[in-house]
Amino acid sequence: MLTIYSIIRIHLRSLVRTPFYDIHKSLGAKIVNFHGWDMPLQYSGIMDEHVNVRTNVGLFDVSHMGRFEVRGQHSIACLQELVTNDLEKMTDHQAMYSPMCSETGGIIDDIIVYRLRGDRFMVVVNASNRDKDFDWISKHSKLVQVEDISDRTGLLAIQGPRACDVLQKLVETDDLQSVKPFHVVDVNIGGIECMLSRTGYTGEDGFEIFFDSSKIEIWTKLMQNSKIFGIKPTGLGARDTLRLEAGLMLYGNDMDENTTPLEVPLKWTIKFDKKQYFIGKKALSNNQPLRKLVGFEVLEKRIARHGNKVFIDGTEAGFVTSGSYSPTLRKAIGFCFVPVEVLANQPIQISIGGKQYEATVSSTRFYRRKQNMLS
Amino acid sequence: MSELKFTKEHEWIRIEKKEDEELAIIGISEFAQEQLGEIVSIELPKAGGIFRQGQTIAIVDSVKASSDIYAPIGGKIIEVNEELIEKPERINQSPYDSGWIAKIKPSNNEEFENLMTKEEYDRYIGELK
Repeated sequence: MLTIYSIIRIHLRSLVRTPFYDIHKSLGAKIVNFHGWDMPLQYSGIMDEHVNVRTNVGLFDVSHMGRFEVRGQHSIACLQELVTNDLEKMTDHQAMYSPMCSETGGIIDDIIVYRLRGDRFMVVVNASNRDKDFDWISKHSKLVQVEDISDRTGLLAIQGPRACDVLQKLVETDDLQSVKPFHVVDVNIGGIECMLSRTGYTGEDGFEIFFDSSKIEIWTKLMQNSKIFGIKPTGLGARDTLRLEAGLMLYGNDMDENTTPLEVPLKWTIKFDKKQYFIGKKALSNNQPLRKLVGFEVLEKRIARHGNKVFIDGTEAGFVTSGSYSPTLRKAIGFCFVPVEVLANQPIQISIGGKQYEATVSSTRFYRRKQNMLS
Repeated sequence: MSELKFTKEHEWIRIEKKEDEELAIIGISEFAQEQLGEIVSIELPKAGGIFRQGQTIAIVDSVKASSDIYAPIGGKIIEVNEELIEKPERINQSPYDSGWIAKIKPSNNEEFENLMTKEEYDRYIGELK
């Protein structure tokens, strides 16, 4: 029965383009297939867009990500069972990041849970896991309503040091600078009702913007002051290099159902002390990881990619999960699995195209933005 | 300078006559640099290295992908474009000019004759798109 249900769900999800596809094409974006979605890889160029987010502000279409609403008085109980983090710590208008694990402690997805009200939550999931997550959450939600709102909502992200300035100019009534990280505020942008959350996937300050998917004119409104703020449309190519520099992981690359949050830098999200039982708790309590995810910098000028093998003193010791070029550091960087006993700054070798290249183990956090003293 | 010729793997080559010597200059085409995206590094061959036609002579990394560059003809590397080490983006900006990759002393001039003309190459990439 579950198989049939999955097939029906695929047919029902006819959208493989976000509401902004025509806009991306008109801007000359290079379109790529991302897990079945036609998405903009780049507009002016990956490096240019990356540097622009670090120095000014970029606008991302991330509407392909899944968005579900969980409603009813048992919403928090339902979600607490599904996530490792402690959602009780949230007040209304707050968001929280957590992995969602299986009974064996493997990560099903990493998600953000938004508490809109005590009996109304929104869950944002990776685009590649939309169907899987909806099925998983539905399966474990007997007492609540779960609705897939992905198609009737849109999601854009504004990221960069000037993100707050861009939005403040469009929103008169609220002081956006005072919105704390992972907090949410309802605003009106040029007549369009939106929810802003101070979240993002770039390591810069910024907001994610939720709105009714019919209101695509929001793009134009956000871009209208582009000359003043230097805001540029930014594609998935730069999104990947930005998140990599910032030490943020990508499901499918850095973690999958065979990875526990103990092996990747997500131990902090596991709240073993929270009152409610969560799926995977037992397995994670008894787990002693043998490997860990670390960062690396390639000493030579070759880019390592997912799957490249890692060697230590001639012995195969792990593999690259994510690898790319860092425009900020001007080096080839990435994340890889190595045995737990490996130390920071330890030399390793990475096999790229059949040849071994020297690299150094580092933190996954290659870039840290300068914190505004006032924020 | 002779005319520009092309390989199916998107390398270009032209012959430069200097005094008595004939040197082949090679690089990658406009189509190739556009497909690769911004090139961030290149692994260049060493001067003196000897390659057969079709052998990997250099490797470029762009943000999106890595690509082998093959010797359009066999021969000995006389000179490489060292400037590409610090400024690999030259290949994107000027693929036929300052983005040249290596100069080769050909071992067999016939190999040059068998490559595609610009018209043939343009038709070839037209079919690929």
